[in-house]
Amino acid sequence: MPDEPSPPKAAASAQAPRNGTADAEQLVRKHIGWMLALSERILRDRGLAEDAVQEAFADAFRGLERFEGRSSLKTWLHRITVNASLTKLRQLKRLAEQPIDEYLPEFDQYECRIEAPWTHLTPLEDALESEVLRARVSEAIEALSDSYRIVLQLRDIEGYNTKEVSALLGISESNVKVRVHRARAALKKLLEPILRGEVR
Amino acid sequence: MASRNKAGIRRWLKGLMLRRMHRMITCKEFEDFVLDYLEGGLSDRQRATFEWHLRLCRECREYLAAYRRTVEIEQAAFASPDKAVPRDVPDDLIKAVLDARKR
Repeated sequence: MPDEPSPPKAAASAQAPRNGTADAEQLVRKHIGWMLALSERILRDRGLAEDAVQEAFADAFRGLERFEGRSSLKTWLHRITVNASLTKLRQLKRLAEQPIDEYLPEFDQYECRIEAPWTHLTPLEDALESEVLRARVSEAIEALSDSYRIVLQLRDIEGYNTKEVSALLGISESNVKVRVHRARAALKKLLEPILRGEVR
Repeated sequence: MASRNKAGIRRWLKGLMLRRMHRMITCKEFEDFVLDYLEGGLSDRQRATFEWHLRLCRECREYLAAYRRTVEIEQAAFASPDKAVPRDVPDDLIKAVLDARKR
């Protein structure tokens, strides 16, 4: 269980509402959109994301009186939303490590890699130009079990570093690295039709 | 049949070379260093060994290129995720959040 993020300290921030329903409503309306999108990216479910965001705001309001602006309010709310969403995943027992072996690199009995020759590697621009390909990338990420998808999400997409992901997930930094590498290797396997130019 | 044997002998020879060469690693060992290599986390000596393997092994060279492209595509496909904000935040959700605050 990751620690509840402590409110940022230092100079008081004008970003945070001090009192009053009007201030609170302004804060909610300003931030709820991206918080909901973030939670939905983690939970892959709109209903669960709405629950998580409600809980995130409840946590935020509880901690707001101590908010003093050491980091931006958005950074603080981001972390709270990630925590609330991960708590939901844990409650649903969706973070247990699942086998991923079928997507991992293969080696022969001499410890040599088994890798079909690459006669084509799709350029980055080509892969991103097509909406079809973008959809395939999303599908490939969704195909990973939550325990692997979530480390990619936090590290590669939401921008948290290894140490932060380790704290958020309550696992060691070396375990985060192993999961990131395996998830990327699995993603490569899942994206091979795109990477080899077989899907356009 | 003969070509299968040839391929098998080539793999056996490659495995033997990788295991016997000074400061060389097998492809399976190479795999354990990929993430740290890409993030600059290897010592000079480890990096030299990793790159020495890369020079000799086509499979690992091509694998690493495809792995890198995968990460590029993944990151670029989801760049600035907060811009993909849902426009339809229901009012009753906002109300529920604010009501919970009053309790």
